[in-house]
Amino acid sequence: MSKTVSFMTKNFGKYDIHSIDSYESIGGFDALRRAVTMTGFEIADRIAECGVKGRGGAAYDMGRKWHQAREIDQKEKVVVCNADEGEPCTFKDRALIENDPFRLIEAMIIAGYSIGAQNGYLYMREEYSHLRPLLLNAIAQAEEKGYLGKNILGVEGFDYQIHLQSGAGAYVCGEGTALVESIEGKSGRPRKKPPFIKQCGLFNLPTCVQNVESLCLVPSILLDDEKVYLTYGTEKSPGTKMISVGGNVKQPGAFEIPFGITLREIIYELAGGVSGNQDIRLIQLGGASGKVCGPDKLDTPYTYEDLAQAGLTVGSGAILVVDTRTSVMDFLRTTQAFFSHESCGQCTPCRGGNKQMKYLLEKVASGTHTAEDIKTMNKVIMIMQQASLCGLGESAENALCSAMKVFPEVFAVKEEIE
Amino acid sequence: MAFSNQPQPLSPERKECIDKIIASYGGLTSKMLEILLDVQDTAEGKYISEATAHYVAEQLQVKITQVYDVITFFSSLHDAPRAQFPIQVCSSIVCKVNDSDGLMEHLQSLLGVGLNEPTADGKYIIEEVPCFGACDVAPAIRVNGVVYGKITSKDKLAEIINSLR
Repeated sequence: MSKTVSFMTKNFGKYDIHSIDSYESIGGFDALRRAVTMTGFEIADRIAECGVKGRGGAAYDMGRKWHQAREIDQKEKVVVCNADEGEPCTFKDRALIENDPFRLIEAMIIAGYSIGAQNGYLYMREEYSHLRPLLLNAIAQAEEKGYLGKNILGVEGFDYQIHLQSGAGAYVCGEGTALVESIEGKSGRPRKKPPFIKQCGLFNLPTCVQNVESLCLVPSILLDDEKVYLTYGTEKSPGTKMISVGGNVKQPGAFEIPFGITLREIIYELAGGVSGNQDIRLIQLGGASGKVCGPDKLDTPYTYEDLAQAGLTVGSGAILVVDTRTSVMDFLRTTQAFFSHESCGQCTPCRGGNKQMKYLLEKVASGTHTAEDIKTMNKVIMIMQQASLCGLGESAENALCSAMKVFPEVFAVKEEIE
Repeated sequence: MAFSNQPQPLSPERKECIDKIIASYGGLTSKMLEILLDVQDTAEGKYISEATAHYVAEQLQVKITQVYDVITFFSSLHDAPRAQFPIQVCSSIVCKVNDSDGLMEHLQSLLGVGLNEPTADGKYIIEEVPCFGACDVAPAIRVNGVVYGKITSKDKLAEIINSLR
């Protein structure tokens, strides 16, 4: 099996990213032309046939999402592209925007057509502000060419605009409801659910939020008459996936892989192996909110099902390699510091939980913890997972939880000295 | 942060600059973040002063509390003076395992200041920020939106600092 593929990345380096003419010359907007010959439901079905799961982290069935969005009988709807990519070690959306900005714009227009939206909001993290001119140019050129505006491609009533929005350094804004609050000009505190944003989201309109990578898949899928996509991957995880590999590896980077290659192949072949030829201490998948494993899981195929069995998740597509120069405890304390900083403070389980966990981790790190402390840790974790308002609090202790199983020795209570 | 009833007035030039920024975003409240980021970028000391916050609120016709809610919520927005070149060091695990602690030490010894302390000439301030997505070039710093990566030596760091204009 080939280690990398070029399905959604096939345009990388193939055209002038500042020119819509150049994009059109390699087949740009053919997918949109195809889309407008189909109904929104047909497009959703096509995505469903490919078994695409949302690539933002939650892995929600994308065909189903578009179907539900189309079904909602309301005049005004919105598409939101989530380019907030805030999970540490995740930079695959950045690679997609940097190398093929017009694809994302085309995909957002297709999404608008499919679900029946009039406006698309591209919410990109402030940390990627250097990519704003690239996207603003792509949007302006698409407008000039009539791919945005009124009666697009001569389709009566297909009116659509794209608005580039900036975040301002808040991890929690990757959460859908916090993101829409932020676009409304407010602080990014997550909303209580229900109502779900698919019914009542941005400006109280039905809102379909999709990750950059999920959207970027759509143009390729619509033009994939030979069903090449389905020849990649495994039965339960068909297709390809963008991953970003970082940490202690020789050649960190973003890659498009077929589902099913192993973590070993990703780390040792694509990323060139561990820097300084050190041994691996741990691997974290899916960003700071992802779970960890030891090097014994290196032969796990990168698929939804195999990773689940190994106690891991695809999450944001990040693969962080940490070698033996960093201790498990230093890794966990850094991860905890991240969540303590990023908790928005709105709900008590997350606000108070992260504070407690930071304190308890310090205790474990100094070796002064008791069996009672470990019990408290487990209790706090449970409260955070079950009672937090949003995914941030629910997933903040995933790394710690998995580390407690994988590295029990780190948490062993020293025998009390009489 | 201390609230006073009468913030220092803004100069007419500064007001004009802010007006232009607001107009470039169509005066939309939905562009609050973009507006505040651009206002901050063009401000001396790269922060949003109290007078500026009041002026933006007035122009956007929103309550001052909403503007401060946003400024204090988002970590890229600042309500206290910083420096001409805020040097942001990534504190995430990806840069950490690539010795961002060493980078931080070099930086502090080069500039002779600690974390969040501006240099006496108001040129530099060292800040710690979470992951800014430059993990493929870790360890990295970010200065006024520009990322400098793979900073593995003190010399390279000094070269970057000296090149800041």
